[in-house]
Amino acid sequence: MLSFVAQRVLKGVIVLLAIVVLNFFLIRLAPGDPAIVMAGEAGASDQVFVKQLREKFGLDKPLPEQLFIYVKGVVSLDLGFSFRQQAPVAKLIGERLPATLLLTLTAFAISLTFGILFGTFAARFAGTFFDTAITVFALIFYAMPIFWVALMGILLFSVTMDWLPSFGYETVGANLTGLAHAVDVAEHLIMPAMTLGLFFMATYTRMTRASMLEVKRLDFVKTARAKGLSDAVIQRRHVLRNALLPVVTLAGVHSGTLIGGAVITETVFAWPGIGRLMYDALLQRDYNLLLGVFVICSAMVLTFNLITDLVYRLVDPRIEYAA
Amino acid sequence: MADGDWDGPTVALRARARAKRFRLVSLEKDYDMPKRVLLGLLLACGLAAPALAQEPKTGGVINAVIQPEPPGLMLAQVQNGPTQMVSGNIFEGLLRYSPKLDPLPELAESWSVSEDAKTYTFKLKKGVTWHDGKPFTAADVLFSIEMLKQTHARARTNLAQVDKVETPDDHTVVFTLKQPFGPFLGIFEVGSMPMVPKHLYAGTDWKTNPYNNAPIGTGPFMFKEWQKGSFIRLVKNPNYHEKGKPYLDEIYWQIIPDAAARSVAYETGKVDVLPGGSVENFDVPRLSKLKDTCVTGAGWEFFSPLAWLWLNNRQGPLADKRVRQAIMYAVDRDFAKDVIWNGLGKVATGPSASTIKFYTDDVKKYPYDPANAKALLKEAGYKGEKIRLLPLAYGETWQRWGEAVKQNLQDVGMTIETIATDVAGGNQKIAEWDYDIAFTYLYQYGDPALGVGRNYISSNIAKGQMFNNVEGYSNPEIDKLFAEGAVATPDSKRKEIYEKAQKILVEDVPVAWMLELQFPTIMRCKVKNLITTGIGVNDGFKDAWLDK
Repeated sequence: MLSFVAQRVLKGVIVLLAIVVLNFFLIRLAPGDPAIVMAGEAGASDQVFVKQLREKFGLDKPLPEQLFIYVKGVVSLDLGFSFRQQAPVAKLIGERLPATLLLTLTAFAISLTFGILFGTFAARFAGTFFDTAITVFALIFYAMPIFWVALMGILLFSVTMDWLPSFGYETVGANLTGLAHAVDVAEHLIMPAMTLGLFFMATYTRMTRASMLEVKRLDFVKTARAKGLSDAVIQRRHVLRNALLPVVTLAGVHSGTLIGGAVITETVFAWPGIGRLMYDALLQRDYNLLLGVFVICSAMVLTFNLITDLVYRLVDPRIEYAA
Repeated sequence: MADGDWDGPTVALRARARAKRFRLVSLEKDYDMPKRVLLGLLLACGLAAPALAQEPKTGGVINAVIQPEPPGLMLAQVQNGPTQMVSGNIFEGLLRYSPKLDPLPELAESWSVSEDAKTYTFKLKKGVTWHDGKPFTAADVLFSIEMLKQTHARARTNLAQVDKVETPDDHTVVFTLKQPFGPFLGIFEVGSMPMVPKHLYAGTDWKTNPYNNAPIGTGPFMFKEWQKGSFIRLVKNPNYHEKGKPYLDEIYWQIIPDAAARSVAYETGKVDVLPGGSVENFDVPRLSKLKDTCVTGAGWEFFSPLAWLWLNNRQGPLADKRVRQAIMYAVDRDFAKDVIWNGLGKVATGPSASTIKFYTDDVKKYPYDPANAKALLKEAGYKGEKIRLLPLAYGETWQRWGEAVKQNLQDVGMTIETIATDVAGGNQKIAEWDYDIAFTYLYQYGDPALGVGRNYISSNIAKGQMFNNVEGYSNPEIDKLFAEGAVATPDSKRKEIYEKAQKILVEDVPVAWMLELQFPTIMRCKVKNLITTGIGVNDGFKDAWLDK
């Protein structure tokens, strides 16, 4: 197990470095640079000023040299300095990362728990009204864009019913502490987490249902019935466990999509996470910050995938045996 | 095939039908206009009278929206709009400006100009301290000027006429100019020339100075807290140099990136102030009708944002003046004002906004006249060459405007291809002259020498930079007039020069002027005196109070 993890971590580091190099060039393919953005904001045209800014940001150096400086920094765990925000990149990301983790992990937990639950029920009562209702709702949530669900949620639960706050991480100016603060954050979290989670929940519901119906038809399930096991035990121990494999795989793959969805969710709900930081950095051509966010997001996706592989082995011991 | 060729006529017809519908609505409004104006005046007087009679009340917290999140708060180093809006409370300039753009005291209590108009002496207010308690002196002014020359592109340009700055004592600053410079007194507001504490910045690496993210100024509010991505909190400066001010205890600037979410935040009572441009224009009428909501278009007189289409004069059909004039006739600017901007703003008559000095409307007029546009295009020999249009990536309103202009131009037979970019990409394309038509809007800073001439003089044609003469217009007479206008005295002479320049430019159409923009500020009616100067919300909330 340990050697497997070490091997995966090593591969992960190589992939991460490849991502850094690729993104370094991709970002620079986009027209415009930070000097152009900042000179534009000053509302004046001055060749010397733009030149000074480029020198200050190190953008006047040849591209390979800029890449070498950046990679050297990343290897020594220095993500650089954001000249746009006048702060170290690691500090800026550190301020935002907890909010994104809270949002994405909550959304992930909601989607996986309820997705598997609804999928199992739908499969158990396949062909009934209950199954149809779940399938239709799953299809609706699967088809609706995240920003639309978000806006409709705001309209219904904030504007019309006034049940939930429409934006932010906490009630600004309330200065709450302890449990009151936790409840306040939870209230603010409900809508963004549900919005982000609904799409994935719909996916897992459909996947679990389909997978369970397929497994149910297999010979070992018939054997289990022949052995006289109760339906509940067959469903839980034999059908569900085997049906979960594709769901777990999908969940691992979704870790990247989840972060992508977080960009939209964080923007609509003014949730102060790195998704928005990334979006702003992109618009402002804040190269170091953007690369820093990419590095962290890539590391998160790689970690999620590693965890998925480990869970995969837990769910199906045959895979460990094969490895 | 160019974008939109296939269904162009149908779309254009639909647009025309829509325009007619909207125009009918706006005509109906016009019939009612005198009554509405009268009613508005009565209401304004009725409301203003008790407000004037009321003594400002102290205390309270204002929640205002800021968007996008400022990249930093050190105004001397970051000059984007949101930074100025927040930091205008923390930092101050030597002067501020009335809605009529007359200079008002701020850190300078008085000023005088020598007879030859080359020496400006500012007497600084005594007893002013920085937020950390250190005194503000002439040495800070001197240091700020040196710093701004390196960090603030506009200040650097504005100070180009300064020969030397002297500080005979702690409370006197003397500027000696190389030659008389008419708009010199107009360059001292907080966004153009913020004062920086010498004792915290001298001898440090400015770009990494820790005070960049916890700024220390002399302003009415002090920086307290910045929860990145959530809010910026400012608190009252108890030692502010204007006795009794500020009235508010705190300001929370709430960071809400989505325009629809900002509207909802106001609707649900979470924020009290939506500064101009915070919400999409189509939301303004709806929000304005909400209970206890007041709206004002004031506070943009100094900036006077003017929208136009850059026209690349260098190449292709647009090199011909007749094609540029045809564009002026082809674009329905009243439709843009009434429908896209919901009746806000004013159709531009030329290179100067009507709110800045030396404006004249005694220039050639370009009413919406597609027939005339077609005739001019025919005369110029335009044969349907493809023309690239760059809309401005500032949100839905600008997107719609881009589509409307495209349809207008297609209606008169032009072949238009829309190029989609984000802001940085668009700026790069314009700076590299890689466009045919491009949307923009620029501030005019109260005086043609500061915010108008820069876009038309040939010495400002320089590839790789924005907001100068990117259209490539070159006319020695215009160069001469703007050079003379900047240094001429008295003002009557300047007026004569600039009026002549406006007439020539409007005839030549180096760019197609669209609208004088208006960004209404929406607020709860209990918020009083929020906007008291021509700089508006960018000037800080020192006069604002809550009628609780």
